[in-house]
Amino acid sequence: MTRSEVAYDLAVVGAGPAGLAAAGVAARAGLRVALLDAGARVGGQYFRQPPDGFHATRPGALHHGYARFVRLRDGLGDTDVLLGHRVWAIEPAVGGGFAVHCLKGGRERAATVAATRLLIATGAHDRVLPFPGWDLPGVMTAGGAQALLKGNLVVAGRRVVVAGTGPFLLPVATSLAAAGARVVGVFEAGGRFTLAPRALTRPGKAAEALGYGRLLARHRVPYKGGRAVVAAHGDGELTHVTVARVDAEWRPYQGGHETIRCDTLAVGYGFTPQLDLVAQLGCEIGADAAGVPAARVDRHMRTSAPGVYAAGETTGVGGADLAALEGEIAGRAVVADARGVPAAAHPAAVRTEARRRRLAAFADALLRSYPVRDGWTSWLRDDTLICRCEEVPYGRVKEARDLGAADARSIKLLARPGMGWCQGRICGEAVARLAGEAPGPPRRPIAQPVRLGDLAAMNERTSDDDA
Amino acid sequence: MTGASPYRLVGARPEPGFEIRVDGRPVPVVPGQTVGAALHAAGIRTWRTTRFDGRRRGLFCGIGVCFDCLVTVNGEENLRACLTEARPGDEVTTS
Repeated sequence: MTRSEVAYDLAVVGAGPAGLAAAGVAARAGLRVALLDAGARVGGQYFRQPPDGFHATRPGALHHGYARFVRLRDGLGDTDVLLGHRVWAIEPAVGGGFAVHCLKGGRERAATVAATRLLIATGAHDRVLPFPGWDLPGVMTAGGAQALLKGNLVVAGRRVVVAGTGPFLLPVATSLAAAGARVVGVFEAGGRFTLAPRALTRPGKAAEALGYGRLLARHRVPYKGGRAVVAAHGDGELTHVTVARVDAEWRPYQGGHETIRCDTLAVGYGFTPQLDLVAQLGCEIGADAAGVPAARVDRHMRTSAPGVYAAGETTGVGGADLAALEGEIAGRAVVADARGVPAAAHPAAVRTEARRRRLAAFADALLRSYPVRDGWTSWLRDDTLICRCEEVPYGRVKEARDLGAADARSIKLLARPGMGWCQGRICGEAVARLAGEAPGPPRRPIAQPVRLGDLAAMNERTSDDDA
Repeated sequence: MTGASPYRLVGARPEPGFEIRVDGRPVPVVPGQTVGAALHAAGIRTWRTTRFDGRRRGLFCGIGVCFDCLVTVNGEENLRACLTEARPGDEVTTS
C-alpha cells in the first residue's frame, strides 16, 4: 500500500459537468474535496476550453449552455482542483478510504491522492464502428473533431463530412461550419433528428434542435437521414468517402451510392461510458436504455461499492444537463453520508428527483431512437481492420469464429483484437457485436498505461517528489 | 471560403506563439495547444506508422482513448499527441 499526502473527504474523478457540480456542492458544504481531471482545464469533453493563451473574448461561442459552465466553475469553493492527473488505479487504503493513483503532468509522474469517499464521473467517449478505410489519417471521431476545435481552436479540416448516428452530429457539424470548415454533408444512418413528440416534453431541447436546423441552413449544410459512410478512401490520407443509402437495418441499398470528396470525416455512433474505474472498484454494472454497460446507482448516485458514487455518463449516456444534475445529487448524498444523516432529507431532494426523472426519460428516449443497427457488419470486407492497434482484419475475426470462438473473449484470444494499446476501448464493442453478444463491462486492471519505472518508484517516493 | 475562423468565432487574441520542430521542420504553436493539435493545424496529419503493415496514423479519437496518435517528443516515446501540451523547443520525431 502506498502513503499519500493529504486525506480528502471526497475525491471526484472527472471535471466535466457531473464532477464540477458534485465537487461544488460538497466543498460549499464544508467538505475537503479534490477534483481530479486528466485534462489541462476543467470542463470535461462537453465544456472543453481553449488554453488561456488564446484570450478568447467570446469563449461561449462554441458551447451550448456556457453560462451553466461558468456557474459550475465559479461554484467550486475551496475544492482543490488537480488538473493533468490521469487516474490509473484506485485501491482501498490502509485504515479505510481509498488511494487514488495518478500520473500527473504532461510528461507523467506518479502521485497518489487519499480520500474517504469517491465520485467517479469519468464521462464517455465516442462509439465508432469499423468500416473500410476508417484508419486513414483524416478520419476522426466526431468528438475528436469537436475537441480539436473547442480545446485548441483548430478546425479538423477544410472539406468535412460528418456521419454516424445521433443528435451529437448536429453540434459537431454546425460548430465546424461556423469555424470556417466547408461541411459537405451530415449523414445520419438512422432517421433524421426531428421534433419527435418526446422532444416536445423538453421545450429547451426543441429550441436547441430548431437552432441547429437554422445553423445548418445558414451554412448550406445538407443533412440526410438513412445514409451512412460505408467506406473511406485515399492513398495514405483521406480524399473521399462512399456514402450509401441504407435501409432500416443499415444495409446499403443496391446502387444508392455516391462518392464525396473530403479531407476529413468526423464520425460517431453515440457514446460509450468510461467504466474502467467503477469496474476496478467492483461496482455493480448494469446497462443503459440502449443496452450499453453503465454503472448501477441508487437514487442518490451511490454505487454498490460502499463509499463510491457515480454521476454523469458513467451511469448511462444522458448529456450535460442530466450529468450536472446527477453531480448535484451525488454531492448532496456525499455530504449527508459524511454527516450520517439521510440523503433524502435535503429540502431540494424532491424537486431534483422529479427533474432528474424527466431528463433521464428524455435521454432514454434519445438512446432508443438512435441505436446501432446490425447492418453495419455488411459494410465490412475481409481486409477491413476491426482492431486498429493490433491491425486485426475482419477476415481473421471470421476465421476465429469458424474455429469455434463463439464469444468476444474467445475471439480476442484467438485473433487478438483488443489486445493492443487501447485495450479494446475502440474495437471492444464491435468485436462483441460480431460475436453476437451485447457489449460487456470492461475488465482492465489498469485504467491508463503506466511505465514500470513509475510503478517501481511508487514505493520509494518521498514527499518532495511532488514538487 | 467565408473568412470564418475559430479565432474570429470566439474573439481570440492569441499570445505570441512559439515553435516546435517536427523532424527539424518548424511548426507554430499557440501557448497551451497540444502537440497533436499543432501538427494537425500545420497540415501534418500523420506522424507514425503501424508496426505490422506500416499504416500511417495521426489523430483519431482526439481525447486520449485510442492511442493512435502516439508520438516521440524530445526522445520520449509513446506520448499521446492529443494530450501532450507542446512546449517551446520541443523536438518531435515521426516514424
